[in-house]
Amino acid sequence: MKYTLEAPFDDEKIKRLKAGDTVSINGIIYTARDAAHKKMISLINEGKPLPFDIRNQTIYYVGPCPARPGEVIGSAGPTTSSRMDAYAPKLIELGLKGMIGKGLRSKAVIDAMKKYKAVYLGAIGGAGALIARSIVAQEVIAFPELGTEAIHKLTVEDFPAIIIIDSNGDDLYRMGRDKYRAVNPENNTYT
Amino acid sequence: MRTICVNDIIEAVERLCQESNYNLNDDIKKELEKGIQTEKSENGKEILAHIIENAEIAGKKRMAICQDTGMTVIFLDIGQDVYITGGNLTDAINEGVRRGYNKGYLRKSVVKDPVFERINTTDNTPAVIHYNIVNGDRIKITVAPKGFGSENMSGLKMLTPSEGIEGVKRFIIETVDKAGPNPCPPIIVGVGIGGTMEKAALLAKKALLRPIDERSCEPRIKELELELLESINSLGIGPAGLGGRVTALGVNVEVFPTHIAGLPVAVNISCHATRHSEIII
Repeated sequence: MKYTLEAPFDDEKIKRLKAGDTVSINGIIYTARDAAHKKMISLINEGKPLPFDIRNQTIYYVGPCPARPGEVIGSAGPTTSSRMDAYAPKLIELGLKGMIGKGLRSKAVIDAMKKYKAVYLGAIGGAGALIARSIVAQEVIAFPELGTEAIHKLTVEDFPAIIIIDSNGDDLYRMGRDKYRAVNPENNTYT
Repeated sequence: MRTICVNDIIEAVERLCQESNYNLNDDIKKELEKGIQTEKSENGKEILAHIIENAEIAGKKRMAICQDTGMTVIFLDIGQDVYITGGNLTDAINEGVRRGYNKGYLRKSVVKDPVFERINTTDNTPAVIHYNIVNGDRIKITVAPKGFGSENMSGLKMLTPSEGIEGVKRFIIETVDKAGPNPCPPIIVGVGIGGTMEKAALLAKKALLRPIDERSCEPRIKELELELLESINSLGIGPAGLGGRVTALGVNVEVFPTHIAGLPVAVNISCHATRHSEIII
């Protein structure tokens, strides 16, 4: 199915999304990657508020390139999500509804997604110049000292993504790979 | 003896950092286009088309193909009849990287201390530089920025001689299979076999510099490259890992003599944005 999604997301919408659906996102999303996640988890552990209200929000795992003069942003494709696996379950528990990135997720993340109803979306890795066209405004709202790793608030229009793992835990990576795998099962030392 | 001033090296490195990050090389573009024809998955075809469109936008707007503009890996082949004047060669290369990344709107992705503070150096230095002394009175500079989505999925194993060619193949395929969607497939696989631990890793990195439509001139290695490509493309990972048959665009293997007790194998995975530009001064 193809959907247009308004971000932030609501629970009803999340439950309808299935692994393999393609979506076009409009609205507000936040960037955070390794260093920003580490800082957010420290704030939570110290009982301090996060730089933004995380309930119903979406985090895009990205560290963009600087913008040329007159441009909103430089290349801005997804980074590997698994590096955020150590931090994501806590944020999902606090109300995070969407994560955009690329690559595999851990069982702990998928379990949290099922329990608290969240989705994991894939953006095309290595297509940062293309994706930048969907980002129409950006501002740094926290941790400016982190440079590219600062938390940016992004306004997106027609941001293209695909549901990789839905709130039931179904995983497009697994389904897609199994469909096209042509390895002789007798020599299948690869799994 | 020929004299080369460090200023020429700074300028060359600055320009190569930018050109390599903005422009996808023709051999890769050609294989991506072929991939659209051979890919069986509709999702996969669409991803490949988007990757080609991305490269066109990047080239036209002088934007980075990928926001991960990499840690800057630089190979220098220095003719032994060259005399370098005007400063220190390593400093000159790092100055070129600094200027290239700052003026070129490229992301700075290097942290000073790898374990503790992890504070960004803010200019993408230091570069990882490999010096090689060759005949002649020229310097060849190759700038190859390396993104870490794929670098992190690379691997090295010290096999024993009894594991033989089957052990080599198994380790390479397992490394790619385990990487799955993480390194932004379709990937390019650089393999180094032989030498010592660090020599194998360097061979694998150098293998990524060879155009992907150019096979090894050693017949058995050429056959190995073709067989590995077919095996990898049977894994089902596909473009962006969504399932499909175009998982790798090319497999390049380099070999070197090794010790009687050893069979080192290194696998350096690279995404479609396998970037390298070179100049001879």
